[in-house]
Formats: sequence, structure tokens, C-alpha cells
Amino acid sequence: MPRRLLRDRQIVEDEWLYTAEAAGNAFAPLIVTVDEWRNGRDSWIARGGRLGLKLAPGHKIDTLAPDLGVFALIAAEFSGPGEGRGYTQGRLLRERFHFTGELRATGYVRRDQLFFLARCGFNSFELPDADIENALPAFSTFSAAYQPSNDFGLPVKLPRDTPASA
Amino acid sequence: MYRYDLTDKTLVNERVAQFREQTRRFLAGALSEDEFRHLRLRNGLYIQRHAPMLRVAIPYGLLSSTQLRTLARIARRYDRGYGHFTTRQNIQYNWPKLPEVPDILADLAEVEMHAIQTSGNCIRNITSDHLAGVTPNELADPRPWCEIIRQWATFHPEFSYLPRKFKIAVTGAPQDRAASLVHDVGVHIVRGPDGNLGFEISAGGGLGRTPIIGQVVRKFLAREHLLSYLEAILRVYNAEGRRDNLTKARIKILLRSVGLEEFTRRVEAEWELLREGALRVDDALVARMHGCFNPPAYRTLPNANPDAGKSTAFRAWYRYNTAAHKVAGYRAVYVSLKKPGVAPGDATDAQMELLADLSDQYSFGEIRATHTQNLLFADVEQGRTHELWQILEKAGLATPNIGTLTDIICCPGLDFCSLANAGSIDVAKLINERFDDYDYLYDLGELEVKMSGCMNACGHHHVGHIGILGVDKSGEEWYQITIGGAAGADASLGEVIGPSVPKSEVPETIARLLDVYVERRQPEERFLDTVRRLGVKPFKERVYAAPVAA
Repeated sequence: MPRRLLRDRQIVEDEWLYTAEAAGNAFAPLIVTVDEWRNGRDSWIARGGRLGLKLAPGHKIDTLAPDLGVFALIAAEFSGPGEGRGYTQGRLLRERFHFTGELRATGYVRRDQLFFLARCGFNSFELPDADIENALPAFSTFSAAYQPSNDFGLPVKLPRDTPASA
Repeated sequence: MYRYDLTDKTLVNERVAQFREQTRRFLAGALSEDEFRHLRLRNGLYIQRHAPMLRVAIPYGLLSSTQLRTLARIARRYDRGYGHFTTRQNIQYNWPKLPEVPDILADLAEVEMHAIQTSGNCIRNITSDHLAGVTPNELADPRPWCEIIRQWATFHPEFSYLPRKFKIAVTGAPQDRAASLVHDVGVHIVRGPDGNLGFEISAGGGLGRTPIIGQVVRKFLAREHLLSYLEAILRVYNAEGRRDNLTKARIKILLRSVGLEEFTRRVEAEWELLREGALRVDDALVARMHGCFNPPAYRTLPNANPDAGKSTAFRAWYRYNTAAHKVAGYRAVYVSLKKPGVAPGDATDAQMELLADLSDQYSFGEIRATHTQNLLFADVEQGRTHELWQILEKAGLATPNIGTLTDIICCPGLDFCSLANAGSIDVAKLINERFDDYDYLYDLGELEVKMSGCMNACGHHHVGHIGILGVDKSGEEWYQITIGGAAGADASLGEVIGPSVPKSEVPETIARLLDVYVERRQPEERFLDTVRRLGVKPFKERVYAAPVAA
């Protein structure tokens, strides 16, 4: 059964496969790990089709920067409820390296994290079934913010002598 | 003081709604204990020995009388009639019931208060000098900057799942009354080479299992860059701080492992990419924030001589429990929460209500919580201190011991905390019983005694002139003593004097340390100075020379 996920606030079936899931499927959009990418860069490109990259929490975005243009999707892994490095990865990808493809949160992802993840640039979320149907309200947990970040029309109160503005 | 605008109010209310929903899901079994733990901690809710413990933020220590009345009402309605003021300008309730916590948060939100980020691995309550804005030699009031940092840190989307907790303190005077050098980041208002005010930034301080004094990462930062610089520090820490070992996860360990130079290089490299961005603090905001902390309507008064014709008891209180004020005719007045027999830092609902009323009558309706777990009226007319003293005295809030041996900083210890190895409140009681002669206490002068019930060091024992650490020795409560620690601008870590001692021997051990001091001190020398001059050896020799008589 294909994986369901929340993408751009819609529940969708995932067309992407991770390499471990792709046996026998030569055409599906494929998500490779950083190690797989580094060990077989040319053969992945030669395969054709859309490519995604899966980051482990410790991967540094700037070391991957030259290759980012290859990928239509980047997935950041959250190893557990306390893992927070992906939030920095997300902001750097969006704000510093202007990555415009799908930015996906995978691993330990629950609805209570969605608001902050979305503010850090994530637009797709692999949620457990128990959460996926009830997750949408999480994006409107707060109706304003104090920090400039990747925002979704949220009024932001910047350190200026002006009221919060969208 | 700073009053919430519509955005602030909305966000706090939305937080209450969020936590109410999370609590409902937990109680309905839809969230596991571990999943809920990560959520409740962000709202200051611990599960303690007896019940949940709720920690409520008092940002940079400042309370209005209305807010204090609400804290009193919460103590009465949801708790057992008291609250515990902590070293980081929070108040803790030890007996709330989990299903009622959302209601408590809603009551707090009504008066512009919250428990947001008072625990958990995120940026904690911003603390400051309790004499901010009134102390005579201050360069600038740190509170506008505290509020600017508070807003930036609140619900920061990138830094809500840090490797470990992150504490920031801000000071504006040469004396560091906020213990900023044992904070993850210390922000100190300083004058730069061009004569403009800006900040010195220290990082990597902290207590706990590995106590370290913070180091200066930037000598001078122009004020418009404060938030971008903090963002750079937090980003380096979030990405590179250790997450494999809880006890090595604070920024101090990262800084120590890569070294100050490399740490600074990484922060500065990140900052270069952030400094001209949207976090630049504009002058108009700084001016408006300063306007939120304008001085109250002081009367034009001469400096009085409040001692004249007054009792010895009042004169002692005035000397120890009041502090100089920058405005002629005024004093800052401490409310001692260190009455013998009472847990240090505790206040009852009735006391809080009385203090709220007194703040309206004597101090422009504001009261402050101090790092030393006392309260403070910042703006009292000198000529009215005597009548204020009389009222405080009756309420048990005028123990004339501020800055002396019995003004002990103390964590809740084994009686309340599930982490503690040993009791701390009853040791404070034993010390109070032994040292009840005020002439002796006053002769000893400035002396900071700090006690923690375990290695987490909530009582800051490492930076006490005398530090006391509770240790578990085969199921019994023993205490390790350090001397020579300090938390101010000259911060240092205390040195262990030798083997730990049983609870009953703590007072005698302290008495022996003090005997050495009294015998060997030079004129004007504090206990701390004598320890620094002589080293630990003579103190150690005296303590362990003879067994303590049973």
C-alpha cells in the first residue's frame, strides 16, 4: 500500500520511494541517502527520473550545497521526539540555499511539531495514521510569530517599532 | 513595565488552547507518557515526587501587583497555599493537579503571564539584575533588551528542540547580580570603543555536573545586532551540540571541546550571513522598549537619614535589607524570604497578597523576584521605610539577613524534587538554628551560602562562597562542602574541601570554616577574599582536624 502523507496541507499518496523500497521499480521517483548519493552520483543521474535526497540529522547543508540543484525533494530525518537539527537544515535549505522543491519531514514526525516544521520551510510530512487525519489544525496553532522565518502568510512581529505585519 | 500588545496576548492565549488540547489527548490515552513529556516540559510542567511541579516565568523578575495577586490566588486555589521563588526568576508550584494545569495557564494569561519554555530543551526565561533601572552605577537598563530577547526566543521555530536547555541572562551594571557567567549566554551592556552602548557576549557558562564559567566570545557587539548574534550562537549550538549524551549536551561542552577560538570563529561565520537580515533591531523599537520601562513618577526628595531615632532592629534591617537607589530620597527594599524555619524562597498566598498591596502603597505597584530567591520593592521613599519595615516585620518578611550567611540559596531538594539525592530545606533549617546570633552574622559580613540537593546544581552550590551539595551515600544523605566560589563579575568555581559530612555535621563544618576566616582575615576582607588569598588548605585542616562531637 502506498504511503500516505501530508503535502501542502493535503493528504496524498506518496509517489516517491526510498531506495530500500524501490526493488524492481525502475521508474518511480527515488529518494537516495547522502551516502548512496556520494558513492554513486553519476549512476543516479544516469538512471533518469526525479531524484530526492534523504539527510540524516547530522548532515551539514553547506557541504551538500553544490548538488542541491539535482534534487526535486529533500527529506530530513527526525530520529526521535527531541531531535531538532532538522529545523536548522530546513531553514538553511530554504533561506540560504533557496531550495524550492519538496521539503519533507520523515522519521519521528507528529502533529505537535508541524507548526514549527512548517515555519522552518517543510511542506510535506510523513505522519503516522493516527495523526494524519487530525493534523491540519496544527498549522494554525498560532496566528502570529515573533521571528522572521519561512512563513505561510503569518503576521510576523519583527524587531521594529511597527505592529505585526504579514 | 512592558504591557502585552495584541500579538503577545493572542500568542499566550493560543498556547493555553494548545496545551489544553495536548493534556486532553494525554488523559484520553492518545499520547504516550514520553510523547507528552516533551510537550508538557515546554510548559514548565515536571512530574515530581508528589505531584506535577509547575514552573511559571517571571520574565526578568518583574511583577505587577495584579500579577502577584494572581500568583497568590493560584497558590490558594490550585496548590497548597504557597509558591517557591527560584534562582532564575520563576515561581514554582509543587502541588498542582495535571487536569487543572490548563486552567492555571489560562488564569496566568489573563494577567500577561505564562509558563512557556520554563523547562525543556529550549530557550528558557530571560533573567536579569533585580536592581535594573534603579541601581546607581548602571550603564543602561537591561530590561528593554530582556523583553526584546524574550519575544525573539518565544516559540522560536528553529530552536525549540535544542540539544539541552538554554539560559540567557542580561546585565546592565558592572556588578553581575544575575549570575550571567554561569549561563549559556550572558549579555552585558558595555560601552564600546566609539563610546556607544552595546553588548559584551559571554557563552558556555553553566553549573550542573560539569561547572564552567562562561567565556567572552565577543567584546563588543553593536546593539542592532543582538538578535542576529544570538541566532548565530543558537544555530551553531543546535546543529553541533552533542545529542548522544544528556550530560554533555549543554553549549559549555561544545565550546570546551572545540575551544573558544574555533567556537567563536563558527559563530562569527554564521553571524556574517545573518547580520544584515530581518533580525536587525531598529532604533525606533529600542526607543519604544525603553519607554516601556520609564522611571515611575518619583517625588523630589532629599536623602533622608532614616536611622535617626530608630531602634537597633530597624537600623540592622535598613542596613542589610535595603540597597542604594539612583534617585535621591529612595531605596530599594528587599523582602527576605529566608526566615529561619521556612524553606528558602517560599512565600504563602497571604504573604503574596500583602506584598501586592504593599507594592501599590510603597513602590508604584511593582515587585521583583531576585536571583537570591528574595523579593524586592525597587522604589521606596526612604522616609517611608520605617512604616514598611513594621508591616513586613509582622508578616515574617523582614528577617534582616540579606547578603549574610542565612540568606541561603537553596533548591527544593529531596522533599519535593525527584532528582535530588538529599534534602536541602532541612539543612537550611539546621544552619539557621546554629547561626542565630545576628551580631556574629553581621561581623562575618557578605557571605553567600548556596545549596543543591544533587549534581544538577539548581542551588548553584559551585558558585557559593560556601557551597553545599547533597550526595547519596548508601541511602543516607551526606553533604560535600566547597569554598571559594562566586557568581558575580569575578565568578569562580568553589573547591571541594574534602570528604562529605553527614547532615548533622554541616553546621559545625561551616562553623569551623568561619573560625579560620575570623582568625585570619585582614581588614575589610570578605570570607571569599580570605579563601582566595589563603587557599583551601587551612580551612580543610581545621574542618577535619578533630571529629565532630556527637
